[in-house]
Amino acid sequence: MSDPLDRELERWKRETLSDAVAKVPERPERRVTASGRPVDTVYLPRNLSNAAACAAYLEQIGFPGEYPFTRGVQPSMYRSRFWTMRQYAGFGSAEETNRRFRYLLDHGQTGLSVAFDLPTQIGYDSDHALAAGEVGKVGVAIDTLADMEALFDAIPLDRVSTSMTINAPAAVLWAMYLAVGAKQGVAADRLTGTIQNDMLKEYMARGTYIFPPAPSLRITTDIFAYGAEHAPRFNTISVSGYHIREAGSTAAQEVGFTLADGIAYVEAARRAGLDVDRFAPRVAFFFGAMTDLFEEVGKFRAARRLWARIMKERFGAKDPRSCTLRFHTQTCGATLTAQQVDNNVVRVTLQALAAVLGGTQSLHTNSRDEALALPTEASVQLALRTQQVIAHESGAALTADPLAGSYYVEKLTDEIEAEARELIARIDEMGGMVRALERRYPQSEIEKSAFAYQQEIERGRRVIVGVNQYVAKDETQPAILTVDAEAARRQVARLHKVRAERDPKAVTRTLDAIEQIAGSEQNLMPAILDAVRAYASVGEICDRLRGVFGEHEEGST
Amino acid sequence: MKDGGPKRILIGKVGLDGHDRGAKFIVRALRDAGYEVIYTGIRRTPEQIVRTAVDEDVDAIGLSLLSGAHNELFERVVELLKAERARDVVLFAGGTIPDQDIPHLEALGFRRIFTPGTPLSEILSALADELASAPATPDEAAT
Repeated sequence: MSDPLDRELERWKRETLSDAVAKVPERPERRVTASGRPVDTVYLPRNLSNAAACAAYLEQIGFPGEYPFTRGVQPSMYRSRFWTMRQYAGFGSAEETNRRFRYLLDHGQTGLSVAFDLPTQIGYDSDHALAAGEVGKVGVAIDTLADMEALFDAIPLDRVSTSMTINAPAAVLWAMYLAVGAKQGVAADRLTGTIQNDMLKEYMARGTYIFPPAPSLRITTDIFAYGAEHAPRFNTISVSGYHIREAGSTAAQEVGFTLADGIAYVEAARRAGLDVDRFAPRVAFFFGAMTDLFEEVGKFRAARRLWARIMKERFGAKDPRSCTLRFHTQTCGATLTAQQVDNNVVRVTLQALAAVLGGTQSLHTNSRDEALALPTEASVQLALRTQQVIAHESGAALTADPLAGSYYVEKLTDEIEAEARELIARIDEMGGMVRALERRYPQSEIEKSAFAYQQEIERGRRVIVGVNQYVAKDETQPAILTVDAEAARRQVARLHKVRAERDPKAVTRTLDAIEQIAGSEQNLMPAILDAVRAYASVGEICDRLRGVFGEHEEGST
Repeated sequence: MKDGGPKRILIGKVGLDGHDRGAKFIVRALRDAGYEVIYTGIRRTPEQIVRTAVDEDVDAIGLSLLSGAHNELFERVVELLKAERARDVVLFAGGTIPDQDIPHLEALGFRRIFTPGTPLSEILSALADELASAPATPDEAAT
């Protein structure tokens, strides 16, 4: 007698798997366990008692690559393609960061991820008073297109995808990327990558805001509209739970608040007249991975299922790609300890494994020394090797969603989905995420969770190895990376040189146009592209926008 | 009034980084320990920090910074405090600050630098000691 799911499995192979594998064939290496046992693409529950049990399975869990995507967004998951190994990097000048990028690509990294310094992220040029001490510190300093050209020198943008952690000035930095692509002869519709472009979590957890929420959302939807038309392969937003988790939220809060942000973006885009199925396939997500492997796997699965249901039930999405939650993962930096730094390699391995078992599309693994400073080259290489060992040696990439059917993981998945759903309902009652942020609802919920977590550590109820137990005496810190202090002065000199050599009339004309369009309802992207091509700086463009939109201010307590 | 009442502490996020999980934890823990605490919020300039410290007549300032800009920005805070003749304020700091930078910051006048993983109990007892041994204010010294 055949198993009730056998017929479904045949249907899935015929309707879903075969097309996907025709597009991206499975990798050629043998898919066998360490002892030579063949491994299937997917494993299913056996001997379900009746048709009702079978239907319940399909409703909640189903098949990889099919709604509700609990088991992953790709039918064959990592059997066809590993996740993109994408280390977040940037420091000092564009030239130094370009060297780090090429080092990573030479060592087998498969995508780029740009870290910008804080002045760039907040729209100040490197010679601004508020940039003092910060230029090139947590990322690369980018003032004008000249810096962006140096950043991607000899890196073919048609062959590498680039993720950029940029939010308030996302339109400006993305315009620069499009302009560099054009100079390399790569049209916008062939460029791939992601811009973070997620302002709501900046007010909630990350802090690099410039403008108030309403104009910020307008810029976001301008980017969506421009991308849908001109750069359809570029992810125009990465809705980010990572920073919410890093600020101290629980797993369910990370999912609930992130998807509530996602809902706010979809609603804003619809208000701006965009059709859901036109932009939703370009919405990506970004989560953290903590060391609690099972809870994290449940979290990723819950997020995927809940987003699929929201897109279908709430927004009536018809394109299955609109319902797929594709996500990048970074291992959680707040779990790194300054004590016994090599222990961090073990933490990062567990966190990375959680991301892979949870079905991530790309992954950054933190380096062991990041509680001390930016990572050294050797530490970054070890972090990348950690991903490569998981990919090639652990067996986690051999079959889709290997932990499905674990009583524990399925229960965690259900619970996290239910709790996240409640948080979203609460935010809906408040009138949406922008209103909830004004009432400081998510902020105070995150603060409560962060305080409780830290108290558990302080009281010894939660053990952090090397910090509150198994403490070593007389530790010496390893050698760390220091950013060349001269880099900031060189960056300012370069900015002044660009300002002296560019056509001042073109700069004034394009900046005036930005100001005028900012006050209208037209899309800002074409005007911003004109300005960056004229070598107007990030600070100059943002200053014009500040003049029209004003600035967001958080009060003291 | 400085005398008699609880000591007043300003917790300041100086510079552009938005990492305030640690700062917020310290704010709440210090309040629970009986201090009056003023938290500046994120992205404050050295000028704003010192202005608030003077206006609020604080006994101590704790600066939090995770972007690596501590050498430049902490030095600026110290300069401005000197200009305000507020040298008696107890200065401490926390964040991602490498060991190699600590002697420089101590030379500037920072009494304690609390790096990641420092137990709260150690921070509270160190602060209590520093506040107890703080020199008299210039006004009192003059009389």
